[in-house]
Amino acid sequence: MNLKPELLVYELSSPGRIAVSLPECDVPAAPIPASLARSDLPLPELDELTVVRHFTRLSQKNYSIDTHFYPLGSCTMKYNPKVNEQTASLSGWRNSHPLADEEFAQGSVELIHRLQEALREIGGFEAASLQPAAGAHGELAGVFMIRAWHQSRGDTKRRKMLIPDSAHGTNPASCTMAGLTAVTIPSDAEGGVDLAALRAALDDTVAGIMITNPNTLGLFDPNIEEIARLVHEAGGLVYGDGANMNALTGVFKPGEAGIDVMHFNLHKTFSTPHGGGGPGAGMVGAGSRLKDFLPGPLAVLEGGKYRMSMPSKSIGRMKSFYGNFGVLVRAYTYVRMLGARGLRRLAENAVLNANYLKVLVEGTYPVKYPRRCMHEFVAMGDIAEGVHTLDVAKRLIDYGFHPPTIYFPLIVSEALMIEPTETEDKDTLDEFAEVLLKIAEEAKSHPDLLHAAPTTTPIGRLDEVGAARNPVLCYRG
Amino acid sequence: MPFVANSDADRAAMLARIGVGSVEELFGDIPEARRFPKLDLGEPLSELEVSREIETLAAKNLGASTCAWFLGAGAYNHFIPAVVPALASRGEFLTAYTPYQPEVSQGTLQAIFEYQSMAAGLLGMEVVNASHYDGATALAEAVLMAYNNGGGRHRILLSADLHPEYKEVIRTYFAAFDTKIEEYSGAPAQAKLDDTTCCLVAAYPDFTGEIHDLKAAADAAHAAGALFIVHADPIMCAILKSPGELGADIVTAEGQSLGNAMNFGGPFLGMMGVTAKLVRKLPGRIAGEARDHEGRRGFVLTLTAREQHIRREKAVSNICSNQGLVMLQTCIYLAAMGKTGLRTVAELCWNKAHYAASRIAALPGFKVETGNFFKEFTVRTPVPAGPLAEKLSRRGVVPGLPLSRYYPSRDRELLVCVTEMNTKAQIDLLVESLKEAAK
Amino acid sequence: MTIDKNARYRTSHEYARRDGASIVTGISDHAQDSLGDIVFVELPAVGKALRQGEAFGVVESVKAASDLYMPMSGTITEVNAALQGDPALINKDPYGAGWMIKFTPSNASEWDGLLDAAAYEKEAGKE
Repeated sequence: MNLKPELLVYELSSPGRIAVSLPECDVPAAPIPASLARSDLPLPELDELTVVRHFTRLSQKNYSIDTHFYPLGSCTMKYNPKVNEQTASLSGWRNSHPLADEEFAQGSVELIHRLQEALREIGGFEAASLQPAAGAHGELAGVFMIRAWHQSRGDTKRRKMLIPDSAHGTNPASCTMAGLTAVTIPSDAEGGVDLAALRAALDDTVAGIMITNPNTLGLFDPNIEEIARLVHEAGGLVYGDGANMNALTGVFKPGEAGIDVMHFNLHKTFSTPHGGGGPGAGMVGAGSRLKDFLPGPLAVLEGGKYRMSMPSKSIGRMKSFYGNFGVLVRAYTYVRMLGARGLRRLAENAVLNANYLKVLVEGTYPVKYPRRCMHEFVAMGDIAEGVHTLDVAKRLIDYGFHPPTIYFPLIVSEALMIEPTETEDKDTLDEFAEVLLKIAEEAKSHPDLLHAAPTTTPIGRLDEVGAARNPVLCYRG
Repeated sequence: MPFVANSDADRAAMLARIGVGSVEELFGDIPEARRFPKLDLGEPLSELEVSREIETLAAKNLGASTCAWFLGAGAYNHFIPAVVPALASRGEFLTAYTPYQPEVSQGTLQAIFEYQSMAAGLLGMEVVNASHYDGATALAEAVLMAYNNGGGRHRILLSADLHPEYKEVIRTYFAAFDTKIEEYSGAPAQAKLDDTTCCLVAAYPDFTGEIHDLKAAADAAHAAGALFIVHADPIMCAILKSPGELGADIVTAEGQSLGNAMNFGGPFLGMMGVTAKLVRKLPGRIAGEARDHEGRRGFVLTLTAREQHIRREKAVSNICSNQGLVMLQTCIYLAAMGKTGLRTVAELCWNKAHYAASRIAALPGFKVETGNFFKEFTVRTPVPAGPLAEKLSRRGVVPGLPLSRYYPSRDRELLVCVTEMNTKAQIDLLVESLKEAAK
Repeated sequence: MTIDKNARYRTSHEYARRDGASIVTGISDHAQDSLGDIVFVELPAVGKALRQGEAFGVVESVKAASDLYMPMSGTITEVNAALQGDPALINKDPYGAGWMIKFTPSNASEWDGLLDAAAYEKEAGKE
């Protein structure tokens, strides 16, 4: 890891330096009207080698999947296959324009179509759209679709969306953006949706439920079909948050269990790289009730030719053009390499790895809900007097591990959400468990080691309060 | 088994430690009738086979590298220096996650801060976020910002000459809200504002290529108590006055032009900047400077109380991810181009576009309709533009976008885009081809 | 946890203290402690009229954000400008220098429905 401070591009800048060579202008210059012309452009000036060294050194300050075990619960930090990078960077894709003649883009449209078909098969849906740019974007589309369905039937008083208290923050936020009110449903003692509370909350003002299964506790709710049935009976629809699909490929098809619309995160289950925060891609799958409402355009095959087409009752475009195509190529590559057998093995190994790791650590890091977990589990990190999950997380860094997800879900205090994924080997899991147990020992004998952590990184714990009180969001010279 | 690390022996040891006989036993919570369904997906392929399959698909495409390319309209053929993909594809950038643990994410965080700073300078705004999905969603969320903070004002004025797909996205985002979305034609300064208007939205340049007087529009909007939102071409901002300088409160832009391939429409980059006054209402991630206990400078995601993981249903937006890698590519592009390089790119676009326009205007029957333009301008054609463009495409010249694609009645208008990627020879070929095909 | 014995409270942790004909409002010591270091507070404009229970602003820390609710109906007469530059005053002195708003109550009887110091102490102690 690069521990040395790195200057900003502005601080490395020197007047007159340039990193790029551009051709001379081969046409006459046309004057720019003085009233429109800009006088000063505050960008830095660097030579090419400085640019290369700067960003190379910056990259060396990151932990990443390529360098470290990254058990972030709910994020599915699995290996991002290098073959995906190769297939995604082919010239035929890079130079393809979304508004070119259909003749020019048959390769692109065919790939989108094939991926739509594969993903809807995996989810058990009748149709799929790949237009949304991320999971939260797909979620928003799904909520818009449910709303549009009710509107189309003249059922305009359904303004509430039921959301379990374990849900990811994007769920209620999406509701607000779609003009619906989020109503929280508590979890029961087993960590699933409290059916009595659900029954009590269902009436003709409820548009539907947003449910994550397995949920954010890593637990599969065995009542899923009953939940869907109750909601349908009350006239509502069921949205499935597919963030945890890594536990289910080839194991369970949500579309067959009553889920009307669902998003998948291609950057989680389907191995596309996280890129430091994006780009993602969010497939939205729909069953018979909602398939005509999908966002578009989506790819269709007609008379042997592929084209992009808007579904008949589509909620419209969620973004310009057709979705994050570059990400779709990677997901398609992955799905083709795995095939049906590989997809099932994926889920089996993800769940096996999580259960193995859980058994190694749960004696010391209590797991709030003791029943069988799926691809991730939630433990509690306040394992000694005066020691919090945050301290355990920061100390893990000193041992060369990226911390698990902390303080989520909100219904578990001092939560430590651990998701190993299927791409990690047993040795890594053993090592990680050993380190966690060692940290638990340190917490009792030398807690100062945890409180001071991390000490092996370019910077220590930052004053986030100061940063938020007096935000400096831009270089000011 | 590709990408699964463990061997059968590993698995056996793990199952024993868990205390179950088989992996199937771990799935007892799944309803039995639904467990292990058949997937109609075919056999696994080797890396060799899958590469071949995808290469075959990609080869069915024709694109900007094989034709004289003059089509823009929201996705642009610009030069990408080799350093951009070389550096952005480093595994430490590519396979890192959102920088929630700042101590192990300073690479990503510093790159975000540098991007924010350069983008703010380019757009003339005080604060820029870590990016949005694309220009269209950034603009939609900018309008949402104005609406949510407009003190109850429900009227939204959109330029009729915004990119048609952008207008559609805005309408999708506003489907659930009780607003009046109205389109105005011509100059934004002429739009009819009133005291129910929460924002005036203009494009710089607009979809037809026209550059309007933004200062007058900003003054009019502010006088009416409305926010002025501008969607800008980021390369144009290198040589023309920035929207911030001209009075915009919120600026959005499509950053694909800055170092990112066209990729059939995505992933792109939604750039979004605001005045300091609006920073706490800005959606999306933002990186800020911070110090550790030893006084060392670092960077951290900040102002997180705006975001969904804390505010949930009261968050300013549901957005969770940003365009991470695409933003990084733009950051490297801006750093590599720098002050001089970006100006040069912009001047090349300006000069070549004006050369092309003057030659086309001299063709009998053709007229250039746009007054002030940057790299795109609208041409009135003597014959229907759709079939004209198709004829030329078959000969290796893609002359632009027939406007009839979005506006069926505008069947003799062609939106032509010229960038630094077009040579004089290609432009001359375009002109000759238009002349021939229009006979 | 300190309690201002002269004030009354909402279960959502805002306090109300009489100051002549006005009411002074902020958040309790218990509230500032659970929020953690406060980074920002959004306050209403002077002259704004709000009902009891209506949100008058938002208080933010690094890990949380909370709406602030009017303990009684009234019209805002003053806001504490010092909080813009130094929101930490709320943590250091929530009942004194960390006060948030002053307002003229429009319905004096609402005072009786608020929790008195002893009752609030019990409520807050339960959390």
